[in-house]
Amino acid sequence: MYGVMAEFDSVQALVDASKQAVTAGYTVMEAYSPIPIEELNDIIHKKRTTLSRFVLMGGLSGMAAGFTLQYWASVIEYPMNIGGRPYATWPAFVIPSYELTILFSALTAAIGMFALNGLPQPYHPVFNVERFSMASSDKFFLVIETTDPRFDHGATTRFLSDQGAKGVYDVAA
Amino acid sequence: MTTDTYHSPESVSGLQKLGIAAVVVGLVLTGVGYSMTGLDRFYQAYLVAWTFWLGVALGSMALLMVQHLSGGAWGVVLRRPLEAAASTLPVMAVLFIPIYLGMHDLYHWSHEGAAEADAIIAAKAPYLNTPFFLGRTVFYFAAWILISQTLLKWSKQQDETGDPGLADKMAYLSGGGLVVYTLTVTFAVTDWLMSVNPHWFSTMWGPLFMAGQGLAAFALGISVLVMLSKTAPMSHVLTSHHFHDLGKFLFAFLMLWTYLMFSQYLIVYSANLQEEAPHYIDRNNGGYEYVTYALMALHFAVPYALLLSRDVKRGIGSLRVIAVWLLVMRVVDYYWQVAPEFHKTLSASVIDVALPIALGGVFLTLYAMRLKSHPLLPLNDAGLEKALTHHVH
Repeated sequence: MYGVMAEFDSVQALVDASKQAVTAGYTVMEAYSPIPIEELNDIIHKKRTTLSRFVLMGGLSGMAAGFTLQYWASVIEYPMNIGGRPYATWPAFVIPSYELTILFSALTAAIGMFALNGLPQPYHPVFNVERFSMASSDKFFLVIETTDPRFDHGATTRFLSDQGAKGVYDVAA
Repeated sequence: MTTDTYHSPESVSGLQKLGIAAVVVGLVLTGVGYSMTGLDRFYQAYLVAWTFWLGVALGSMALLMVQHLSGGAWGVVLRRPLEAAASTLPVMAVLFIPIYLGMHDLYHWSHEGAAEADAIIAAKAPYLNTPFFLGRTVFYFAAWILISQTLLKWSKQQDETGDPGLADKMAYLSGGGLVVYTLTVTFAVTDWLMSVNPHWFSTMWGPLFMAGQGLAAFALGISVLVMLSKTAPMSHVLTSHHFHDLGKFLFAFLMLWTYLMFSQYLIVYSANLQEEAPHYIDRNNGGYEYVTYALMALHFAVPYALLLSRDVKRGIGSLRVIAVWLLVMRVVDYYWQVAPEFHKTLSASVIDVALPIALGGVFLTLYAMRLKSHPLLPLNDAGLEKALTHHVH
């Protein structure tokens, strides 16, 4: 068994239930919603994502790479006198360096996102519950997983029903 | 919650007292500065101070129109501070008088015989002449005051009657108003600021100052909202989510200002023409290079790096420090744009600090008076309920 799933009708009900679950001491859970709920992340996942740091590093490498590329081309390898300007005309290097900063940041963000969230994932147990298809239209789901140290099939099912869930389902592994 | 009337807390009266104190301190310092350096420096410093504070009012008027068109929680909570800033425009118009009196000191092209001695000024004379200059100024202020006062009047009516048609009327006026704002501000900054050097020109000038006005308007709005968020009633309304949104706007306008500043520089640098390059030669010599470096580091790099962080944008105290800091740097930017045209070596005097304080005092006093006399939130705005529960999307 993977866990117990509760179905809710509104964002607020899901947020309230998640808060209650955290208060009750549950730690291994995941919420599923058709729309992003920024607040939920702070409630369920205590740890902040490390992605932003990777993106910052990616951006800085892009900036360094862009600047180095131009410096190497116009100062070291192919120096050309253009209207008496110095070879290292840094103002002219700014825009390509900036563009490479954006490019490297965006690529790091996209690749890093997939690396950290484990997508693509061909199989996930939550889809064993038929009602779960509603998670992409207008229902909100909270799953408390069996790996949670406090997980107890009967007690957890009762707990979720008490939070006003419209339905509580067992999720097969 | 909408039955609440959102009366101003004591801190707004404090802001008004701060404004009055700034007028007194500013005027005393102006007297000291005047006795040291005389009229010539007075007008130059006045031009910096007046265009800066007028820019805050105009930027606020523009953002007010943007939020009438776009809606959004940021606009609902920021609307009253923006309206308070826009309400200062009639007084800012009166404060043009010293510029008129100082025209001879500020605008070389207005001199008798300037056109005969200088072919470039002669060619520009159909545009750069005193009657047309004054006529344009009257026209700009007439347009700005008409737009802002009409929006303020309708906004007050919306509080009182709740007539849903008023939101549409404000949106329609704002659509046209933004076009008028863009055109008039482009011409106005060309007249008042670019023409101090009638030989120089840049088509980036209007957008550059509009970006600066938007940045200053957000900086002031954030500073005041942080102050309001400390006490009831706004402490129940404003959350880190609102400040996160406003912080992102501040960040965006900072990037826009930097982008335009750099674009103008890169174009002039690449072309290296004798009509354009002196603008930057003046600003990279005579001590002004330090002001240039200071702008790059303290107006751009440091606030930019700090605002990248989500925690800084959501941390209300940290956001206020950056907002107030950016307001100060805006004044430095205006100084950097104006001063090198009058003195080739850097020689800041007391009066350069005194007049921004004095005019800021006038601005803040009027601002606080307006903020005090109206509810701190638009009571019948269709987006109010949503803005109050901004934490739940």
